[in-house]
Formats: sequence, structure tokens, C-alpha cells
Amino acid sequence: MAVKLPIYLDNNATTRTDPRVVEEMLPYFTEKYGNSASRNHPFGWEAEASVEDARAQIADLIGASPKEIIFTSGATEANNLALKGVAAMYKKKGNHIITVSTEHKCVLDTSKRLERDGCQVTYLSVDTNGRVSAEQVRAAMTDKTILVSVMFANNEIGTIQPIAEIGKVCKEKGVLFHTDGVQAAGKVPIDVQAMGIDLMSLTAHKMYGPKGIGALYVRKKDPRVRLEPQIDGGGHERGMRSGTLPVPFIVGFGAAAELCRREMPEESARTFALRERLRKGIMDQLPESYLNGHPTERLPGNVNISFAYVEGEGLMMGIKDVAVSSGSACTSASLEPSYVLRALGVGDELAHSSIRFGVGRFTTAEEVDYVIDLVVREVNRLREMSPLFEMAQAGVDLKSIQWAAH
Amino acid sequence: MAYSPAILDHYSNPRNVGSFSATDSAVGTGLVGAPECGDVMRLQIRVNPTTGLIEDAKFKTFGCGSAIASSSLATEWLKGKTVDEAMAIRNTQLVEELALPPVKVHCSVLAEDAIKAAVKNYQEKQTTHEPVLETVGAAG
Repeated sequence: MAVKLPIYLDNNATTRTDPRVVEEMLPYFTEKYGNSASRNHPFGWEAEASVEDARAQIADLIGASPKEIIFTSGATEANNLALKGVAAMYKKKGNHIITVSTEHKCVLDTSKRLERDGCQVTYLSVDTNGRVSAEQVRAAMTDKTILVSVMFANNEIGTIQPIAEIGKVCKEKGVLFHTDGVQAAGKVPIDVQAMGIDLMSLTAHKMYGPKGIGALYVRKKDPRVRLEPQIDGGGHERGMRSGTLPVPFIVGFGAAAELCRREMPEESARTFALRERLRKGIMDQLPESYLNGHPTERLPGNVNISFAYVEGEGLMMGIKDVAVSSGSACTSASLEPSYVLRALGVGDELAHSSIRFGVGRFTTAEEVDYVIDLVVREVNRLREMSPLFEMAQAGVDLKSIQWAAH
Repeated sequence: MAYSPAILDHYSNPRNVGSFSATDSAVGTGLVGAPECGDVMRLQIRVNPTTGLIEDAKFKTFGCGSAIASSSLATEWLKGKTVDEAMAIRNTQLVEELALPPVKVHCSVLAEDAIKAAVKNYQEKQTTHEPVLETVGAAG
């Protein structure tokens, strides 16, 4: 059977909106188009009821109650609201925040801004698999610590953090615990109660919903988390985030969350099997290919591999009919490769050689087999063209060479 | 970012991939870039001692498609040139021929550096009249 090109294997960047989700959304553009804040007519009531249904669907996915879901434009805004909102609201209590060096840029850059505004931020380092420990979190705490922010699963390497253990330490110390759950929600089971999570950022488009809608889970009791709003206005979303709600997107987010919840056991087994087929198919045939991230504590669909002696963007051109992403810096203006891979202690040359593959709901076994053959062929071709491969084959220690930095 | 047909052509059908013996006195080798920067080019020329013309050129490159295409095109241009003519090749000519986008200009700069390093290595071998043993690397 012929495989249809191009093949999408970049599901950690975004996912296709499930057609079943789109179907749910469509009436909300042209028929049920009321403003959910309109309290005096049926259009508004209908919209409000649909928003509340979606809130419940999203809450169900993570073991929360519907009132704890605050809609935002996406996870970047949710992460901003969590960090800045807590820092401003709890500034009398303290000004210290603990996070991790491999967080998404929207957490790191928000942290940098808070530092400029007088906060102290500790950036925990990770082990070679990309994990922090609850003990590291405990050791970093001071009597000024007001928030711990540790992502549930990493977007580049898929490593899952020991969230429940970190949550336990935070509870013990009475410190709020935020997690960026964007990559994990809908892919692995999450229970904000059992895991001691106080705030969690979510986005619809990583779970087969539409782009442009996200949410922040904000715990309502034990403890009741309060936030300084970052956007002022009509007082929507319990006053934490004003702005007219995008009802069609929220309906889509809710539908996507419900599909994930219902289908997770079967779907995660299926994506895991395809990911392992891809990983083994490539790595068994290519010596000196290295898995980045944790071998077992990782997202079911994520695999990130460095191919020694081959530059990542160069490889992407060879497999241009396959949508993937690379930790190579060649596409950006800077010469720095992925900060996540560097934080694991992966050498810069191997960071430049990395490719992230993201298997998802719509990936097929035929596509995976096609990608295995293509990647193996192209890596071998590029190695034949690589001076580093030739030198390594000849027994030259590449580290012994004084390279002329460009 | 869409790649130009010229880049894709050189990337898919690279010209003159390979190596000469770096100890051959008629061969000049330029090795530039660094693995941790994501680009390493090795460009070699073989000069005919009687005519003084570059009769063959080879390359191997670790890098993105534009780096591979820049070095492939450079080897094509080098053949049949004198070493002085080779030294006159400018990175801007490579940029133009391959339609490299601004973010890829450094690939052409690296190729120009590789040409100059290969010529310099060849010229050093001629003045010493001794076959110079390459310490692979360090050039550039």
C-alpha cells in the first residue's frame, strides 16, 4: 500500500484537530453563536451551558472540578498567569520560585521577567535522562518559597517528571505546585488530587483540539489558590482572566478532552507500540544512534534520537516528506543547539544531530515503516558524505582535534 | 523555509564527494568549522604540477543542506582554475548561485574559508618541498 506523503510525525509541536472535534464545534460559529456572558437571552444561555459542559469535560480529564478550570488563549498565557499571578498575589509571603532548566521557554522567560521584578528563581538541573527529583525540590526550598513549577512532560525529549513525589514535598512544605501539563494531558493519566497539583497549564491543540484555546487549572480548596489577574476587564473566569470566551474553541477543547479520556487506555498503548517500532527500527539498523531522554519514563508517542556524524537539519532535508523537528540550531540565528539537550549533558555535536519524532493518534504502521527505511537510508548516505564519520572510522578521536571555531 | 532548486539539486546529487590522500604533495586540504557548531567542511584540491591548474577537487561536509550544497558547488567551480583564481572565489557568488537565504549565508562563508585553507595548505607544501604530514583538523 502506498503511503501518502508528506507524513506528519511532529505531534509534540501540534496535532491534527480530530474531525469528531470539528464536527462538535461547527454549530457554534453559525447557529449557536451567543456570548456566554449574555445573561438575558437564549443565545447567551445556550452558549453558557455549552461552556460549562466543556469545563466539566476538561476537569474530568485531570480529576478536577469544573469551577477550577480557567480558560485562556493557550498554555503560554496559562503559564504566564500561573507564575506572574502567584508571584504578585503571594508577594507578602515570599518571592522565591523553583523551576527547572528544561522548562518550556514561556516558563523560563516568564521566570526571567519575574527575576527582573525582584523575585528569586532557582533553576534546578536535570540528570542525563532529563529528570529532577523531589529531593532536589526539597533542598532548594527556603522560607521565602511561594511556588514550584515543574513541567509534567518535556516537549523535546518526552521525559516525564516525578510529579506525585514533587507534589507531596510541596504539600508538606505548604508551597504551591504548578505544572505545565501541555504534553502530558490526554496522553498519560493525570489526577490533580492524587498528585498534589495546585495549578496546571493545558492547551487544546496538543490533544487533537483547536489552536487558540487553553486553560489553567486553579485549585479551589486545600488550599484555595488565588491569582492576581494579568488581563483586566469584565471579570470573566472568576475574575482571573477577563475576555469574551471563544465558545466554539471551548466546545472543541471539551470534546477533545473527552475523547482523550475515553480512548486513552487504547490510544496510549497503540502510540507506544508505534513509537517503539520506530525507535527499534531505526536504532537497531544504525550504530551510534542515541536515544535522548528517559528510556521508560517518557510520553508514549515521543522519541528523540541523535545520529552521530550527521547534522540534524541536513537530515531533515533528506527526509523532507516527513514532518519532524530537530535540536540543531541551524534553523535559528544563533549557533546554540537545543538548551534542553545541553541540560542533559548531551554534547553540542550530538545535540546538532538530534531529531524529534512525535507519533500520534493518526499515525499508521505503514507510515512508521516508511520513515524507518527513509531515515536509515539518509543517515547512511549523509555519513558517507561526512568528514567526521570518515575520521571516526579511521580511528581519529574527534575530541583530540583543535577545531577552528567558526 | 523553502529551499531553492539549486540547493536541493546539490544536496540530492552532490558533486565530487570523497577524499584524496592528504599526504600527497599535489593535494591541498582545508578543514574548517567545528562539530559543536554544527558545520564541518573538508575540501581538497589536486593541482597539476606542470600546468598549475586544479585538476580535481573533492569534499566531505557535516552540516545542513545549504552547507553540503555550498561545498559541492565550490568543488565544481574549482576544477580547471589556477590557485590564484580559486582564491578569488567569493562567498557572495555561492549565495547568488544557490539562492541561499540570509540565515544560510554562513554556509557560503565556510565554503570560501575551506577553499582558502585548501589553497594555503597546498602552497605550504610547495615551499617546504617536503611532503607535509597533515595534522587533520586545525586548518581554517
